[in-house]
Amino acid sequence: MSGAREEILGRLRAATADVSTPLGARGEPPVIQAAAGSDHETLELFAENVADYRATVVRCDPGGVAGAVADALARRGARSVVVPDGLDASWVSGLGGEVRVVADDGLTPADLDGLDAVVTAARVGIATTGTIVLDHAADQGRRALTLVPDQHVCVVRADQVVHDVPAAVTLLDPTRPLTWISGPSATSDIELNRVEGVHGPRTLDVVVVT
Amino acid sequence: MTGPQPAPGRPGAPPTGDVGGGPTAYPDGARRADGLGEPAAGGGPDSSGPLQRTSETFLGMPSFQTAARAALANTQQRRNLAHATATIRAKRAAVVAEVDAWEELRVAGAEAKDEALHHLPDYLEQLEDNLTARGATVHWARDAEEANAIVVGLVRDRDAEEVVKVKSMATQEIELNEALEAAGIHAWETDLAELIVQLGHDRPSHILVPAIHRNRAEIREIFLREMGDVGRPAPADLSDEPARLAEAARLHLREKFMRARVAVSGANFAIAETGTLVVVESEGNGRMCLTLPETLISVVGVEKVLPTFADLGTMLQLLPRSSTGERMNPYTSMWTGVHDGDGPQDVHVVLVDNGRSHVLSDPVGRDALRCIRCSACLNVCPVYERAGGHAYGSVYPGPIGAVLNPQLRGTASDVDKSLPYASSLCGACFEACPVRIDIPSLLVHLRTQVVDEASGRSPEALGMKAAAWTFGDHRRLEAAQRAATLGGRLLGDRTVRNVPGLGAWAQARDVPTPPRETFRQWWRRTHRDEDREDT
Repeated sequence: MSGAREEILGRLRAATADVSTPLGARGEPPVIQAAAGSDHETLELFAENVADYRATVVRCDPGGVAGAVADALARRGARSVVVPDGLDASWVSGLGGEVRVVADDGLTPADLDGLDAVVTAARVGIATTGTIVLDHAADQGRRALTLVPDQHVCVVRADQVVHDVPAAVTLLDPTRPLTWISGPSATSDIELNRVEGVHGPRTLDVVVVT
Repeated sequence: MTGPQPAPGRPGAPPTGDVGGGPTAYPDGARRADGLGEPAAGGGPDSSGPLQRTSETFLGMPSFQTAARAALANTQQRRNLAHATATIRAKRAAVVAEVDAWEELRVAGAEAKDEALHHLPDYLEQLEDNLTARGATVHWARDAEEANAIVVGLVRDRDAEEVVKVKSMATQEIELNEALEAAGIHAWETDLAELIVQLGHDRPSHILVPAIHRNRAEIREIFLREMGDVGRPAPADLSDEPARLAEAARLHLREKFMRARVAVSGANFAIAETGTLVVVESEGNGRMCLTLPETLISVVGVEKVLPTFADLGTMLQLLPRSSTGERMNPYTSMWTGVHDGDGPQDVHVVLVDNGRSHVLSDPVGRDALRCIRCSACLNVCPVYERAGGHAYGSVYPGPIGAVLNPQLRGTASDVDKSLPYASSLCGACFEACPVRIDIPSLLVHLRTQVVDEASGRSPEALGMKAAAWTFGDHRRLEAAQRAATLGGRLLGDRTVRNVPGLGAWAQARDVPTPPRETFRQWWRRTHRDEDREDT
């Protein structure tokens, strides 16, 4: 195996023998992003673009999160919801006996497949693309949690929303697993028409806390 | 048996089947190595790495122009392609227009890839160090066979009888599914379009949407007929509504995701600085594969490297808008080695050369390695739109395939030496390319190579030689022109539709009728007096 490594690297060195620019001569990669207006405009754009990919966007103040989460789950008739360990407990405190709240204590994929929904926080929101990025910290849970259940209710604070993609990249820690989510699961594989709902959550509810 | 039927061979096929002055008119005798063994005629400098071996699927493929003729007769496919490419072109144009600094982004994208490619060994070593430090195991594969053997070995060591797969061009290129099946391991494609292709015993015809040549009615039929043989059957009342078809795929694949222990993926980007791999997708099948199994094996072409994590700020603006015509694709996953308590704990990365070092050795041709597989060039190409993807004889169709395949595999085979001519050089591909690959210039560069390799034996070369001799002396030229006027006088105003010997060139064009007299003859006849005055 090491033979292959040395041979490939040797071939590549020979192939690039003509290159005279030194390594890293390019310098820092340029940051090219759309000019941002006010924070308010950025937030409006975020909400607009998230909704454009057929996610549901609801805005509330910090005291209204529990109600917004309960409403979102009720809209889809969710009867069970998994919550990551580090989630603000108050966000699911408004759920009545109708909805079973399940902690993630080593649930298997099959266990998760039996649950209707998941509620998480987020790491960063991107306005120009309507994207939410999870870094799977304690308030978002491991990746499987936000993947297998059919509904994802994601709570994003207004101060987490940045204007464009490069600003989000600089905020992210590459040593963490990262999931970028733009709308619910979708495919364009049949005649290039976008259809929502394949393998990931078919319903995405975004609660923006202002 | 998932392998598509091998393409019909062409022993004894007439050499006149090509259009556009293609270089296939000379007999394909000893030079036709079809990539087997070590073809000598690869083009490019001597310092280059070995060529990619043409896989069995594409061995003996006829020239593009011959295959395209059959594809053009398939009116259903042409309708499907025209509809799909028109849709995606409009979507792409709309979201690209939203970005003021699109051109700056393209330049930055090209520069990021160039930095990585020009110093590829250094960045690969950095990538390997970072992956290893984060708990991943890095393997190196010189060619497809070696890559397949590594993956098969890893799956066998884990006593797994099946793998779930994320759509990946690299694994298609090395024909990993066939290698796994040969080893008794089922490989389940989980991308909807790949599933359609796999269930239909078909071959992909587009980089992004491999089943672009199939319409909804055909997909419904395939699902109803095939799903039951390999797992959960499609619902009996399945309609051809895209949403119902997607639902059927969801149900069919879910049991496979839930029980899979090993997944195989590719990667859109591999970040040298951090060891991060990135998979860009839409359906969530990628997330399923990257998250649920215990073992994850990622097969990554060496050219996928990006220098820094910050480069994603550029690439994640360019790729989705160019590819699916969306501001952002539904899901992008990034992982850096093993993440404690989250996702696969047994993580492998197979770095594959398979002809890439050969491409890299050509200072002009290496630009093709910038490709981020967005498929924008396919969607804007008038040739692709009509001929479809299968005629390109490779998993890489369209304009990028026309420059990549002859470089990866050399130009010994009929199809590879015809691909540089599978273009009208209109330039739409260059304009659409998010990393500014000047495909038309590369095509011309490759045409030069193909012609040089024919070393003066093609009718085109002989014709040019004769023309050079004629033009070299005004007496010879005048004699030739006088000879032509004889033809002109015989033909009168009739249009010449075909000339024996000009073959395909004349099939698509009228041959200019020779004039009844040359300019010099006309001048002498009408200006005789002036000539006298001047002298």
